[in-house]
Amino acid sequence: MTQKRTGKEFKEDKRYTQANKEALIAIGLFILNFIWWYGFAYGLGARPVEEYTYVMGLPAWFFYSCVAGFVVFSFASWFMVKFLFKDIPLDDNAEQ
Amino acid sequence: MNNTAVLLPMIVYLGIIYWLAVYTSKLIAKSGGGFVQEYFLGSRGMGGFVLAMTLVATYTSASSFIGGPGVAYNMGLGWVLLAMIQLPTAFLTLGVLGKKFAIVSRKINAVTINDFLWERYQNRGVVILGSVSLILFFVAAMVAQFIGGARLFEAATGVSYNVGLAIFAVTVIVYTTAGGFRAVVLTDAVQGIVMVIGTLALLVGIVNYGGGMTNIINTLKAADPALITPFGPGNFVSKPYILSFWVLVGFGVIGLPHTAVRCMGYKDSKSMHRAMVVGTFVIGFLMLGMHLAGALGRAVLPGVTVGDLLMPQLTLKILPPVIAGLFLAGPLAAIMSTIDSQLILASAAIVKDLYLNYINPGIETAQGGSKRLQRISFYSTALIGIIVFLAAIKPPELIVWLNLFAFGGLEAAFLWPVILGLYWKRANAAGALASMAVGITAYIYFDRMIKRFMGMHIIVPVLAIALVVFVAASLMTREPEEGIIQKFWG
Repeated sequence: MTQKRTGKEFKEDKRYTQANKEALIAIGLFILNFIWWYGFAYGLGARPVEEYTYVMGLPAWFFYSCVAGFVVFSFASWFMVKFLFKDIPLDDNAEQ
Repeated sequence: MNNTAVLLPMIVYLGIIYWLAVYTSKLIAKSGGGFVQEYFLGSRGMGGFVLAMTLVATYTSASSFIGGPGVAYNMGLGWVLLAMIQLPTAFLTLGVLGKKFAIVSRKINAVTINDFLWERYQNRGVVILGSVSLILFFVAAMVAQFIGGARLFEAATGVSYNVGLAIFAVTVIVYTTAGGFRAVVLTDAVQGIVMVIGTLALLVGIVNYGGGMTNIINTLKAADPALITPFGPGNFVSKPYILSFWVLVGFGVIGLPHTAVRCMGYKDSKSMHRAMVVGTFVIGFLMLGMHLAGALGRAVLPGVTVGDLLMPQLTLKILPPVIAGLFLAGPLAAIMSTIDSQLILASAAIVKDLYLNYINPGIETAQGGSKRLQRISFYSTALIGIIVFLAAIKPPELIVWLNLFAFGGLEAAFLWPVILGLYWKRANAAGALASMAVGITAYIYFDRMIKRFMGMHIIVPVLAIALVVFVAASLMTREPEEGIIQKFWG
């Protein structure tokens, strides 16, 4: 308890700013993925089976939630690393 | 049944695996002083494609290829919905542990998760608890994987369980022991490709055999309309239950040591970026394909009573023998690629985390020590493999249960110490130790006593408790020493 807070006394590795940002972006995409998955599955799938519509032979809830979700989020992960992630050096001596 | 035709692709496939082992063991011989880095982490040389494949192949196991589709057969599309929760695992794990984990592990020269925990918390209890739980849970998981593999081999080829187990176990143990981490990830890459091809072949085969998707869905609907709803027969896939899987096979996966260690082993930022995209696509494809195949399988092959036998029976029914053999190499690949990673990590826990730290710290610098250390590493890998093999000869029941038990236990032990150690400066040894001990105990207790908690999988309350304990214990005790903060953040 006697120690002082040390956080400000040294320069934090600059690469961490970008690394922390990227971690948050990945969590953001994870949450979007959840919303997409949940919204279509229960938005369309909770109604009685007689009222189901079908896409390519599959129930619409399943097609959008699982099949389209798979395609959309594979693409979204590409978009994320292409436009939001940065190519930074990882090695220790690359700092300066 | 034409067994030779089924066996042929498998033999070719095993041949390729052995060849890779020989190739990588030559690299080890060249590694000289950097033996530990090379053997247990492949000298941090993984490129993007290999990283993606090894991440996915390690993660997808017997339960994704055999157990899971078997459940989907009985539960219908609701279980496929559940399986698709795993779609984000690759980008989430790599993204959250991210570059920070890679940078830190280079700063502190960490080769295993326990190295990381040691440097961050500098507490023997944390490392010993980590190593021991890792070894125990991995052994349990490997036994389950071996059993799955041998049963599959038996069902597909008619070769007896014990012979199948032996072929299988010898292959994995030999290439992992001889080639180390690099052999593991390279064979994983081959195995990942085999899995993708196998899944595609099976899915196309089922849809053709069943006379088109519409036809199959109608057959399912006629058998039981609940099969095409998100809820499954008898509302088995209830909402609290399925949502809790976002913790178990979603967020919690970040804490699995065998996936996390891959996040310190890649070459550069580009590799990580590519792996996030390729990994997401491949894992989504495999999970969707395999579980959908299981669910649709009910329409083309009704009346399968043992869930674990669905995949081999389905495959042999709808695919021509050589293609069936190719497909069945897929789940074998899934199983081997999970075992190999766990085997090398369990061995690393013994050699690197326990032996080098506590029993013989001087060996790396001692005269002739490097050679002796190599021998010890080889023996340790082989020995663990043999123990697991012997345990699998007299198999206990329920693959999925055993496997999931280990899975959740590892998450309870490692998730918070890794994430909080990486992102929370205030996290300290008392917090980590208390959280690991309470997490593991709570997981085992809940699993035995209550099964489901308010309709959810027990991993949810367990991780919540472990988090609260971690934060409370950290705040009640001294903050970590400046040196640690300096080393990790400076």
